[in-house]
Amino acid sequence: MARIVGIDLGTTNSLVAYMDGDVPQVIEGKHGQSKVPSIVGLTDNGLIVGEPAKEHLVREPSRTIYSVKRFMGKSLADVSEELKYFPYALQEKGGVIRIQIGEKTYSPPQVSAMILKELKLRAEAHLGEEIAKAVITVPAYFNDSQRQATKDAGLIAGLEVLRIVNEPTAASLAYGLQKKTQGLIAVYDLGGGTFDISLLKLKDGIFEVLATNGNTHLGGDDFDRCLVRSIIQEINEQYGVKVEDYSDLMQIVRLESERVKIRLSSEKKTSISINLPEGAVAYTREWSRDELESLTEDLVKQTLMPCRLVLQDAGLQASDVDEVVLVGGSTRMPLVRQMVQELFGKVPHCELNPDEVVALGAAVQAGILAGDNKDMLLLDVTPLSLGIETMGGVMSTLIRRNTTIPSSAKEMFTTYVDGQTSVDIHILQGERELVKDNRSLARFQLKVPPLPPAVPRVEVTFLIDANGMLNVTAADIRTGESQTVQVKPSHGLTDDEVEGMIRESFQFAAQDIKVRQAIEARTEADAILFATEKALKRGTALITLDEVQGIDKALDELRQAKGQDDHRVIRERIEDVEKVTHHLAEVLMDATLKEALENKKLSEVAD
Amino acid sequence: MSTSANQVPRELPTARSMCWHCQSEVCGEYFCGRCVKVQPLSKELDYFTCMNLPCRLILDEKSLEETFYSLSRMFHPDFYANKDEGEKMVSLRNTALLNTAYRTLKDPIQRAEYLIRLEAGSVKDIRSAPPADLFDEILEIQENLEEFRSLTSQTNSERGKELKAKLQIERETLGARQEEMKAKLFGKFKDWDDLQGGEEESPEIRAKKNAILKEMQEILSNRTYVRNIVNDLIAATN
Repeated sequence: MARIVGIDLGTTNSLVAYMDGDVPQVIEGKHGQSKVPSIVGLTDNGLIVGEPAKEHLVREPSRTIYSVKRFMGKSLADVSEELKYFPYALQEKGGVIRIQIGEKTYSPPQVSAMILKELKLRAEAHLGEEIAKAVITVPAYFNDSQRQATKDAGLIAGLEVLRIVNEPTAASLAYGLQKKTQGLIAVYDLGGGTFDISLLKLKDGIFEVLATNGNTHLGGDDFDRCLVRSIIQEINEQYGVKVEDYSDLMQIVRLESERVKIRLSSEKKTSISINLPEGAVAYTREWSRDELESLTEDLVKQTLMPCRLVLQDAGLQASDVDEVVLVGGSTRMPLVRQMVQELFGKVPHCELNPDEVVALGAAVQAGILAGDNKDMLLLDVTPLSLGIETMGGVMSTLIRRNTTIPSSAKEMFTTYVDGQTSVDIHILQGERELVKDNRSLARFQLKVPPLPPAVPRVEVTFLIDANGMLNVTAADIRTGESQTVQVKPSHGLTDDEVEGMIRESFQFAAQDIKVRQAIEARTEADAILFATEKALKRGTALITLDEVQGIDKALDELRQAKGQDDHRVIRERIEDVEKVTHHLAEVLMDATLKEALENKKLSEVAD
Repeated sequence: MSTSANQVPRELPTARSMCWHCQSEVCGEYFCGRCVKVQPLSKELDYFTCMNLPCRLILDEKSLEETFYSLSRMFHPDFYANKDEGEKMVSLRNTALLNTAYRTLKDPIQRAEYLIRLEAGSVKDIRSAPPADLFDEILEIQENLEEFRSLTSQTNSERGKELKAKLQIERETLGARQEEMKAKLFGKFKDWDDLQGGEEESPEIRAKKNAILKEMQEILSNRTYVRNIVNDLIAATN
């Protein structure tokens, strides 16, 4: 069987892993980094993904897409509260969000597909073979629409998604494989955008999920936003600058906040400095871990209720749990570790790299599906109750949450009116009593033979497969004939739309590694050109005429080289520019320092 | 009779007496002897038989789990990713049935409800009036609950606080009642199991069995009734 890779498609970062014999391995990029930032930039030069796109974010925020996972399987109304944090415009079509970049719009699965393609290329380059099959992980608490969107993303990227696996469960596979643990484990998974808690029983190679709970809108992004809000407010109060008016500054503040948050996991204090527009002095400040913790404490506490619910659903006490495993970058925060430890009354395990463990687990599951591993078996559950709408706008539950999957439920339908030929069925997911409070998954019309009322008997089977995704079939009990059911998703792409997007994806001829490298080099050239021109304006008087002419010449050569297809030529010219601007950079730095010092003196005098 | 993982039967009723794939004869094996394709479990298969257990209410949970794990290893779709569509479908359906069987038998209440449905063929009867022995108690609770709800925004008044305290005590009392009912139900489990086995069922035994089923059904519907009231109390006082 062709090789299957395991992919962790994360909110902030994505990874790809494979089974190297019996050992799962994460595939690293050119510079030895395993994480691919889940960021896509649509530049004039073409599409860029990952690290180069992250650099692009500050320069062209309105054309750089990040955290797209938060939009998967969602409608505009679902994300209305956080729209102000995103620099790009969002629309909605057919219940699905569309992200507007320039003249075009992209659905979240299309953007995710661009990230998946990048991972596919990385795997192909490393393994030296074509990769067409993958296991992709999703948060355990993802609903059917979000899972379907992920599967669509795979299709658009040219990957057959053999299995959608829940992230905490995948992590438990990697953990169980390495530690040979038996007993009851709790996996606490706090990532960039989502939170999951899963309880598993590990016994003789069987990984049985007992219960899962979570919040698909709580993660590192939200911690960053706490800091962003404070910094924006302080900048406004101290310098009268409205950060929201500058989309590039907004991104700088966001990235700096993320950096501060990360540093404060290992240090007690860290400083931040952000250059402000319109000649205002830089915003500088020292942040302490205590300050960050008081800003984020409420959010971390929000993860505790799902933990209690999961124990309650499994009929267990916190003390029954043998081991607690931490997954996801946000679990590096000392406050998170402390609260988890208090809740479960034991020191959580964090020996495995929390960024990589999900991808490693996806690779283990890929090995199981390939038939290479017959010892391990994962028995997962559906995170949300599945039901249908009944009289009075009430949801009638067919499959309860935390039921082991695959699972099926049958429901008999009949008619109320003479000669009625169809019955409308509305499928829902959620824990609330009323239809309006639950997630609408899909609707379909069941065809019924025209007969007197209550005579037709059509049995509908709702089956949740091992991916946690719904399949619907129907059969006429009287005739024994089965009928195909055309289910229209409430928040998903239609088959036709997905097909169109697969065709469209070929337009991004980023398949060829050389083309991609050229695009990246050109984008970098643009950045250098822009920065150097700006520096020249400020610093012409500080350097000699010879130097100015030398820089102008190097810039001209870079502009010409940009049209070349060979990325090495562009890179060489970039290096040339860097060489001749070395002195300019130095004198500008000195000037800035001097300015800062002078400002300080002034303020000291003022005191 | 007890079973362990290595004694899982290979002769459960499957859907057909003929392999769906190669049409050769199969006698209830999980896999066709000739083409080795997995065979669908019969839709008529009861959960006890599926789990290789006698039709008893007190069961060995450890052996139930072992059987579940070992059958999962046989049928789970993860082991059929390389197989053809027909086999994938059989694996999916068998696993769905297996999961339902395990879930139902693992929980004693669901197990009892399932047995009643299997033996008496009746659906749970839904109680509209309180059980006789709890009639007065429940009547008072409902009056208090109604009054408390009618206070709406003034639940912090003297009367509101008084009622809330009362309802909380009543909630605890009903909780204890639920436990009593559960104990009583489990007592019946033994009565039922004692009548199992032996040779052919005599009319007297059948009558006794029916009586036990009826009693269990009564306890279960009382339990559901009380549980709904407790849920109302929790919703109103929280």
